Parts: sequence; structure tokens; C-alpha cells
Amino acid sequence: MREKTNADSYRHPKDELLRGSRIPHIWCPGCGIGSALSAAISSLQKTGIDYDQMTVVSGIGCTGRVAGYLNLDSFHTTHGRAIPFATGLKLVKPQLKVFVFSGDGDLFSIGGNHFIHAARRNIDLTIICVNNMNYGMTGGQVSANTPMGARTTTTPYGNSEVPLNLPSLAAACGAVYVARWLSLDVRRLAQSIQEALEKPGLSFVEVIAPCPTAYGRRNRLGSALEMIKLYRENSVIRNGVHPDETVIQEGKKMVLGKFIDTQRPTFLESLSGVSELRETMWPRKSG
Amino acid sequence: MACAEGALAAGCRFFGGYPITPATEVAERMAGRLPAVGGIFIQMEDEIASIAAVLGAAWGGAKAMTSTSGPGFSLMMENLGLGIITETPCVIVNIQRGGPSTGLPTLCSQGDMMQARWGSHGHYEVIAISPSSPQEMFDFTIRAFNLAETFRIPVLVMADEVVGHTVERVTIPSAEAIEVIDRKTPTEAPETYFPYKTDKSLIPVLPNAGDGYRLHITGLTHDERGFPMTDAETQEKLVKRLIQKIQKNKKRIIDYETHFLNGAEIILVTYGSSVRPALKAMRSLREAGIKVGLLKLNTIWPFAEDLIRKLATQAKAFVVPEVNFGQIALEVERCAAGKAITKLIPHAGGGIHTPLQIATGVEETLRKVASNRKKR
Repeated sequence: MREKTNADSYRHPKDELLRGSRIPHIWCPGCGIGSALSAAISSLQKTGIDYDQMTVVSGIGCTGRVAGYLNLDSFHTTHGRAIPFATGLKLVKPQLKVFVFSGDGDLFSIGGNHFIHAARRNIDLTIICVNNMNYGMTGGQVSANTPMGARTTTTPYGNSEVPLNLPSLAAACGAVYVARWLSLDVRRLAQSIQEALEKPGLSFVEVIAPCPTAYGRRNRLGSALEMIKLYRENSVIRNGVHPDETVIQEGKKMVLGKFIDTQRPTFLESLSGVSELRETMWPRKSG
Repeated sequence: MACAEGALAAGCRFFGGYPITPATEVAERMAGRLPAVGGIFIQMEDEIASIAAVLGAAWGGAKAMTSTSGPGFSLMMENLGLGIITETPCVIVNIQRGGPSTGLPTLCSQGDMMQARWGSHGHYEVIAISPSSPQEMFDFTIRAFNLAETFRIPVLVMADEVVGHTVERVTIPSAEAIEVIDRKTPTEAPETYFPYKTDKSLIPVLPNAGDGYRLHITGLTHDERGFPMTDAETQEKLVKRLIQKIQKNKKRIIDYETHFLNGAEIILVTYGSSVRPALKAMRSLREAGIKVGLLKLNTIWPFAEDLIRKLATQAKAFVVPEVNFGQIALEVERCAAGKAITKLIPHAGGGIHTPLQIATGVEETLRKVASNRKKR
């Protein structure tokens, strides 16, 4: 159902892309998802793409709720499966701008395999991952992106597992655009999401966001403001560095920036050119 | 092959699948044929991704399908539920093989019939149809798409390995002779439109992504606007409608074929690859003067409850040969409600019943009927 828009003069310019009737949202005070969504809305507005031709797909979790608040065609799917759902949608309706907005647990723990293959195939999708380093909605359990040593409800003695380095994974799988920003960096983040949306092929933007209620509290990182301040002080912008250098680990500054911006044929472009490719790679034997 | 051709004839233009014996042939045929008709074939990374992509493609407006067998069918169960609650038209073909687990990849079973009914969590109704020959693989796949588009629901084509691997002549009618139903899309303006508000049919009229309606589609319990709600009233309203949408339209969905039911004392209830040996057994028993008829279930779910209830008052017993240890037989027994005996002829899988096994089962049942009569 399309949200009605009031002509009230005090409306915020971003309201056109929000479903007003769904507010208040479910996110905790200080949560970074709101900033990430706000940045994404700015980028969606700047692309100039017809909103009716934009579709957002989310999975399950706190960030998964984004689909419910954006006033676009929006799909809130099953846990971990936003990417293959978006793949099917995009392939049958290539004229749609399809982007996936979900969390680290959804996209990279339960759904990691789908990310790998969507990036490998270079499906024309933009994937925005809010990394809050734990499962927020279920009360703060360890995720594939929880730093080593961190406490969560399921790592009461500290996390003993090494987290994934998402930019490195994305780059290795063939994503054509890879960036990472803090949810605090709204302008850089919005700029990056816009570039990602305008880029043909699989683009990936990781947003490091505070989860003060679950992750922050258990690790004594203070209030949301203190958390984001901590993240800012412990991060450094290094555009263009090799994604392998962006590992998040104790005693090392978190590396932010745009790491990959390249191009190669998308899935559908390759599909139409496949017969030609076959001839060059596997020339028919003569005689 | 017949299944793939049926899908194409019904207008299927997206196939997302994953190789699995004995269903791979459907994917292979689709991979070859879809590009020629402007469709998309994609081999996904697993069956979870396959069904997710099929749902996504369906919301993009395409008629979409996947095919699989036991292990893959198990992986699809969660997203089958998403298809049910979001009312997404699509077709899932299961060429059943022996289970549990990896079981008998290359050999026949009908062990997933109850999984088709209850495999995804929560209480819901589903449509499952069961072809028994290559011709029916073609015809029923078309029907599966038509049912999916009409009732906005994933439709399961529950074939088995023997049916899937049978090679025989299939008659493909001219395109004009094939009835193809397409989903309805809304005519109402987006501003006043409620996606899950329905008329008496209980079937919502939904647009596709990109139609300008700014839809919100969620696997959460949702109200008529499509928005998530966490309360018992919305849950009751939604789940009841999802169930009644199928229950109320049972007559249009349930399809079956009867042989010599008039005056039959024993009725063979069969589906899938069991139909042929059962028909053979029926013919030889009738030649021997035994009053046996046959009911061939083309639609499995929703179950032909009313028909079985009625037949239970006319016949003495139902005999159900199944390539499992009693799944549809349980339904028959439930509906017969003690008015007629239900006799299961089980088969563990790896093959199908011989006509002799079925005939023997019928004779045993006759003796049981006779001894019951004496006791009275």
C-alpha cells in the first residue's frame, strides 16, 4: 500500500521515502541502523531513479526491518535469503533497481553462501550490510562478525572465533564496488551508497554501527554516543587500500574507505555474450 | 522433459534450481529451452537459494519454477512457508526418491507426501498434485501453474522417480488448445489499495514489484495493508483466510479419476507410479469376478475428504498401495472413520508394487471383510 503524503510544510525532505504510519520504529535509542537508513535515503534521492522502479529486499533481524520502513516496493524475506530472493527478482525485471539492506548475521552468518555466489555471478545488486557485530534482535548473540574476545550472551567468556573481514571477502568473490564506513560518517556513507547504486554489478557497502543495547552494554562500551566516539577514535580512512588490510582486530585501527571500484560484465551481460565467450575459451576443434 | 515442456507451455519464464538425482533432467531441459523463449535459467548455489530466487522472480511478475528431490525438498521447506504466507504463485516439482536422508538417490519412493502437507512450520493449506505418467507430467505441470496463479500459492507437483524416468509418447496440443491462466493484478489506485484485502474468494489481488504500488511483503504475520502485526487477532484473521482460501475452493482444486466405482466392494486408492500396477491388479481381479474399483487421486492436497467419506458408506474397504509405510492411507483411514476398512499395502521404496502384490492385498482385505461379517 502506497503511503499517503501530506502536504504539511513541516515535513522532512526524507519523509517521502519513509512509511510514516510505521513510525515509531522498533530500533533502540542510539542504534546505528537509523543513520545508515537515513544515509541510504539521501543516496536514493540523489540517484534520480523513479522510486516506483526501486525495490528493497531485507532478511531477518534488526536491519531486516528496513524493508518495512522504506516507502518503496519492499520485501522482508526469510533469514539469510534476501540475496537469492533479490537475484530472482532482478533477473526477471532488470529495469528495477534492486538493493538488499540487511545485517551482518543475516547476510554473512546464515546467508554467507548466497553473498559469495551473487558476487561471483556479479548480479546487478547493491548490498548494504549494517554490521553491529552481534545478533541484536535476539538479544545479543555472537555473529560471524563479532570481534575476538568480545562478550555476547553466547560467548560469556569472550568470543574465541576470528571474525570475517567483509571487504576482503566481497573483493575476493568479485564484487565490483566495496566500501566500509561508520554509521557516523553519514555524508561519506551516502556518497558511497549512491556510487554503489549507480554501479552496474554487485556493489557492497558495509556500515559499522553501534548496538548499544546488546553489544555495547555487555562489552562496557558505554552509551551509543560513547560507542560511536570510540569507533571514530579507533578508525582511520584509507581509500583504495588492499581489502586484506581492513581486518578488524584488537590493537589495530578499523580501516574505513572505498576499497574497490572496478567493473566487469554483469550476470545478464555475460549471459547474452556467452556464446561468443565459449568460442574464444573453448574453440571448436577443426577437422 | 514432459514436465519442462508443460512448464514452458504454461508460460514459465524463470527456473532456479540445483542438480539432484532424479530431478536434474527437468533443470537440464529448462537450461536448454528457456533462453529460446526469452526466459531465465539459473543454477543456484543450493535449494534454499533456488526457491528464494523463484519467489523473487514470481514477485517480478514471472511464472517461476524449481524442481528437486527429497534432500532439496527438505531444504526448501522454510521458504515454502514464505511463499504460503506472502501468497506467491510458483511451482515446486518433487521427483521423489528413497529417504530418509540421502537414501536411494536413483530409486523410487512416495515418502514425501506428508512432508508436502506439513513440511514447513506453522499451520497452513497447500496444493499438491500427483502425476502418474509422462503425459500427466506435461498436463499437470500446466495445471500446477494455473492453480498457482489462480489461488496465489506455491503448488507442489509430487511426482516420483518412476514417473520422472518413464519414457513414452506425450501428446502436446497446439498452444491455442492449452488453457493458460495468468494472475490478476489490481486496477485500483495505489492510494486506496490494500494488498491483502480480499473479496469472497479470499484470494488477494496483488501487483508485481515495479507496478507503482509500493508494496510491503513480509513473512511476518501481517494485516490487510501487508504490514507486520504482533497480535492474536491479526494472526487468526490471516491464518484462517490462508486456510479457507483453499478449503472453500476445494471443489475447483480437487481432481481425481474413477474406475468401476459403481458397486465396488473394494476401492483401490492410488496416485503416482502406483496407479499402473493397481489398474492391472484391478483388471485381473475383476476378470476373476471380484468387485474392485479404483480411485486415482490427481490432487493429493487438499485431500479428497468428502469423496472418501461418501465412498466409505458404499464400499466395504479401501486398499491403498503406497511406496511408503502409510501416509495417504492415514488420510483415507481418517475419512473412512470406521465405516469401511482401510488396508495399506506398503513398499519401502527402491521399486514399486507389482500388480500381484496389490491383487494379493485386495484378496487379504476381502477375507478380512468376510471374517468381520461373520463376527457380527
